[in-house]
Amino acid sequence: MSKEEKKVNRRDFLFTASYTIGAVGVGAVIWPMIDQMNPDKAQQALATTEVDISGIEPGKSITVLWRGKPIFIKKRTSEEIAEARAVKLDDLPDPQKDEDRVKDGKDEWLVMLGVCTHLGCVPLKDKGDFNGWFCPCHGSHYDVSGRIRKGPAPTNMEIPKFEFVDSNTIKIG
Amino acid sequence: MSEHEYVPKSKAGKWFNDRLPLLTLGAHLTDYPTPKNLNYWWTFGGILTFCLITQIVTGIVLAMHYVAHADLAFASVEHIMRDVNYGWLIRYIHSNGASMFFLAVYIHIFRSLFYGSYKSPREVIWIIGLMIYLLMMAAAFMGYVLPWGQMSFWGATVITNLFSAIPLVGDSITTWLWGAYSVDNPTLNRFFSLHYLIPFLILGLVVLHIWALHVPGNNNPVGIDIKKPSKDTVPFHPYITIKDAFALLVFMIIFAGFVFFTPNVLGHSDNYIPANPLVTPAHIVPEWYLLPFYAILRSVPDKLGGVILMFSAIFILFVLPWLDTSKVRSAVFRPIYRQFFWILVIDVLMLGYVGAMPAEGIYLVLARVGTIYYFLHFIVVMPVVGYLEKTDPIPMSISEPVLTGGAEPSLARKVNDKV
Repeated sequence: MSKEEKKVNRRDFLFTASYTIGAVGVGAVIWPMIDQMNPDKAQQALATTEVDISGIEPGKSITVLWRGKPIFIKKRTSEEIAEARAVKLDDLPDPQKDEDRVKDGKDEWLVMLGVCTHLGCVPLKDKGDFNGWFCPCHGSHYDVSGRIRKGPAPTNMEIPKFEFVDSNTIKIG
Repeated sequence: MSEHEYVPKSKAGKWFNDRLPLLTLGAHLTDYPTPKNLNYWWTFGGILTFCLITQIVTGIVLAMHYVAHADLAFASVEHIMRDVNYGWLIRYIHSNGASMFFLAVYIHIFRSLFYGSYKSPREVIWIIGLMIYLLMMAAAFMGYVLPWGQMSFWGATVITNLFSAIPLVGDSITTWLWGAYSVDNPTLNRFFSLHYLIPFLILGLVVLHIWALHVPGNNNPVGIDIKKPSKDTVPFHPYITIKDAFALLVFMIIFAGFVFFTPNVLGHSDNYIPANPLVTPAHIVPEWYLLPFYAILRSVPDKLGGVILMFSAIFILFVLPWLDTSKVRSAVFRPIYRQFFWILVIDVLMLGYVGAMPAEGIYLVLARVGTIYYFLHFIVVMPVVGYLEKTDPIPMSISEPVLTGGAEPSLARKVNDKV
């Protein structure tokens, strides 16, 4: 009896070991099949873009393409900055201070991903109820700091990683 | 059933059939006992098979001329339209074919809802059918992206962004779907690959759908179980084949009407503008057959909530056989449910209409009312009405009310009207 049990246990071990090795093998094959769909090296190589901002007048903005997405670069007037900073945080669905959305000492430069955080459309400038941007797809209103104020979008428009190379050039990414 | 005794007449046929019983299968499909009272709403299975074959054949031909690259796709579609011999015809058949496919599938689904074809013992047929419907939506969406026009690009952006609503991993999933940091060339490339694959998955599921159908046999307008074969049934061929063929001809006339007279009426003119990642069209709408779900998505003022509700609207159909508590299949004998059925039809049509309108004012109100009714219909109306409703008397057989008038002449008339 005990001998038989031992035999069964050995079988069990072999089964378990085979299943385990099999699972590892299947996993090792499946992962490359899944990961091949992630951004490839050519896509990743587009990670940074340098932009000349010397020609932008106060109150105006330009749109540049970074990683296939539009980036809004707006030189804000002092009234616009004041307006953005006068907003109470309690009025914001996604509370964030305007100061935290710009670089210190470069308060006039708003650099953000021009992509609605709802479903990815490009919002239109100088539209909407809050003097900022308005997304025509599903009606999200953003303020002059790019923060969501009204509509289905859950968060403020994203601020990408960027830095001032010199006073006329910024590097995004 | 008789096909078990089937023996091919020729010696060669017998030799082959002993090794692979394809002729037995053919005999089964020919003799398949079908309820004799099937009406024209039952012809859409054949019509849908025709639609699938049409899409596969025209699609294979289009793929010989199309280039799946962000810089070349739009021009290659124009090349098909202008340079390729009969390219315009093949593309218009393919693009309008998608709409005709959905038109037929919606009629087929509502037929099933009216006559209770999803109920026991046909739950598996229903679920396979819904899987086909889901794959159809995926194929249609990816196909719409391929011309790489403005609606292609922004439709793809909006739909793939639905996945970004998933907490924590949402952004990684969208990036993975795109193969880039936005909808871009890698996205187009993989959509083309999958768009080519899905029809064949559908074909496989269609085989299972029909196989599962042939186990209990067809439901019928009076919704009763019938003995097969009996005087309530007719052989599939020639009785059903000829009826299906006539319905198909009528369907093809309508199809041809779209292809030859208004080939672009169901599309959107913005898709004749090449994709531009910097400019979103003022008014993004999906193709007409997705509009009710789009209306549900937009009726919720919360991103994740809207996405969840939209997917629920489809997935709730999978549990329909268990939400419906009525033992009576056909709505012909269900005076209360029948009225709710038509309310649902109107509700879905209304949702489709407001889905095409801007999400504001009265349209938003209608979308919300429509969405609430849609879910109430399945979650509350179906279980409760099935439980409380006093159904009309059901005939013993298909022949009874028609031939003898049955116990109740009024009932006989009613059934007769539907046949």
